[in-house]
Amino acid sequence: MSSTASTQSGQTVQRLALVEAIQDGLYTEMAQDDSVVVLGEDVGKNGGVFRATDQLYEEFGEDRVIDTPLAEAGIIGASIGLAQTGMKPVPEMQFMGFMYPAFDQIVSHAARLRSRSQGQYSVPMVIRAPYGGGIRAPEHHSESKEAFFVHEPGLKVVSPSTPYDAKGLLAASIHDPDPVIFLEPKLIYRAFREDVPTKPYAVSLSEAAVRREGNDISVYTWGAMTRPALIAAENLSQSHGIDAEVIDLRTLSPLDIETITDSFKKTGRAAIVHEAPKTGGLGAEIATTIQEEALVHQEAPIKRIAGFDAPMPLHSLEDYYLPQAVRIQDGIRETVDF
Amino acid sequence: MNMKNEAGNTDLPAPVRQDSELVQVLDAEGNVLPQASVPDLSDRELLELYETIKLARHFDQRAISFQRQGRLATYAPMTGQEGSQVATSMALAEQDWLFPTYREHAAKYAHGMELASLFEPLRGYRDGYAIPEDVNVMPEYIPIATQVPQAMGMAWGHKLQGKTDTAVLCHLGDGATSEGDFHEGLNFAGVFDVPAVFVCNNNQWAISVPRERQTASETIATKAQAYGIDSVRVDGLDPLAVYKVTSEALEKARNPAPGELRPTLIESVQYRFGAHTTADDPSVYRDESEEEAWRDRDPVDRIEKYLYNEDILDSDLESEIQDRIEQAVSEAIETAEQTETSPDNIVEHVYDDVPARLEEQRDELNRLREKYDDGAFSEVLE
Repeated sequence: MSSTASTQSGQTVQRLALVEAIQDGLYTEMAQDDSVVVLGEDVGKNGGVFRATDQLYEEFGEDRVIDTPLAEAGIIGASIGLAQTGMKPVPEMQFMGFMYPAFDQIVSHAARLRSRSQGQYSVPMVIRAPYGGGIRAPEHHSESKEAFFVHEPGLKVVSPSTPYDAKGLLAASIHDPDPVIFLEPKLIYRAFREDVPTKPYAVSLSEAAVRREGNDISVYTWGAMTRPALIAAENLSQSHGIDAEVIDLRTLSPLDIETITDSFKKTGRAAIVHEAPKTGGLGAEIATTIQEEALVHQEAPIKRIAGFDAPMPLHSLEDYYLPQAVRIQDGIRETVDF
Repeated sequence: MNMKNEAGNTDLPAPVRQDSELVQVLDAEGNVLPQASVPDLSDRELLELYETIKLARHFDQRAISFQRQGRLATYAPMTGQEGSQVATSMALAEQDWLFPTYREHAAKYAHGMELASLFEPLRGYRDGYAIPEDVNVMPEYIPIATQVPQAMGMAWGHKLQGKTDTAVLCHLGDGATSEGDFHEGLNFAGVFDVPAVFVCNNNQWAISVPRERQTASETIATKAQAYGIDSVRVDGLDPLAVYKVTSEALEKARNPAPGELRPTLIESVQYRFGAHTTADDPSVYRDESEEEAWRDRDPVDRIEKYLYNEDILDSDLESEIQDRIEQAVSEAIETAEQTETSPDNIVEHVYDDVPARLEEQRDELNRLREKYDDGAFSEVLE
């Protein structure tokens, strides 16, 4: 690990970046449970292209940290089979943009084996995939297509926005008896550090986090967009006295509808921030849910601040595509001033 | 297991290339070919093999007929392929796993599934998908070739845990060999040397596209060479030959001799006599004479003639078996037709725990059922 452990209020913690917390989470779970195995392209000796599996190969050996042939359908298909033998595979898709060859294995089989066998077989598996833009990556390396998987019954979809949550949500995902798509916002893999307990712990897959309390508008977001949303909220608080509440969904499927609607009932206004294309994105689902559950509280149209309905551009234009704080601030002001 | 000339005689119809490497035991009349060796099966086991194949044929005929009467939904017939299906399953040990496609009804039955459970999904009830705890069968695979990497993964998992007394047998069709998943699964199988046997049921047709349009490879078996795994080509209408090569491949998967590889690709050369499914009309894309050319090697007739030749079967026993078969299939369809299920089944088994939102959706459906009666739900569709 890259940082020294210290003791704070009786518990040992480390200052970790998000990707280091994922590495620590994998290490912690693998040390506790022999059935957990990591597999994928470059996850072994190389420790993963983002170092998320760093040192695991040396610690647990080639039968638990497995470099596979370059084949996404093969990796996920094999993981479904491994899961049938009592193992808990944690396959890595190197980038979300390369998940599509495995899409059939995920939606036709991993998501459905429980129902197709009427409960006899399940697929306890966590598919990890770095996702999202903002790191000046080549084409196909910046996708944010969480809605594909949220739309599929039988899957759970998780995206952490902090190192603490990354370790805890990963643990909960590995303990979950159903397949989990664990989407890692690679923009913030190393953006900041926070205290992460060295001991094992889990963060529930059923609760969104209120990152900032406020009374004027509810801002719903997740993953890498949580930070610009929080920055926008702080800026508006200082510049315009707008008091925004920022909700980090953490688990995208199933959604924590109670936290979403409770916040809206308090503020009466909503902005949803995601970097995925606007049309058919998760923002549409959240907006509709709010209208179904809390229309009478509504004070203004619900705003989506999202990526464009276009392929993610190459890096010279990606700052225009991603919802930056300025766009978020503008959207929030428009909604509050309605 | 290298490709070998077991029988030295290939009396094959025109669509099959003259192939000295095709393993055969019986000729078209059920006689043991010169130099061929009969697998080590007792008379009781041979009769079981025969009865199960014959049951599969009867099941197939009844299922097609029930479909035409509107009592079953679309069904994928297996006439011509029962011999290979039953023989491969009989070669399995109880602890071995079976990965079937949508056509392996007989293979599933022979490895422990109940006949009625095969009919129930065709009646529209998922209840039939329920797999008993002591039966090592995966749900049938409908998307093509997706089972190949999964079967590989299960075999790999067993091997990683030192459980090599258990082999995995995975069925696929000739069309499946065109898919990327076939390549990825077999490639992994070779790299990780897993205890798996892949049986390609080369029935010559992927719906309307002939084998020659699936691949320019001379045979499907030769594809194994690219993955560094063994292969064998067998007459898939010869149940004794299929049993023999499958048993050998499974034994090698579990206990390879020094230097031997665990995985094997078996190309079971056979023919689909009927339609792809009951929604398909093969007369559109193939000539009847082709079917005729394969008919004289029908697996049911061949094993039956063999048993008569060996005095293991006589006409009294044959009619006793036939009565038993007819009764079993009738009872199975009767059971399937009595199946009832609650609409709650829609939300069950999606997750280990039913999520709150799905519970609400179920409750909403039940509220509407109460309000309007179940009959109202079909009115709009009629």
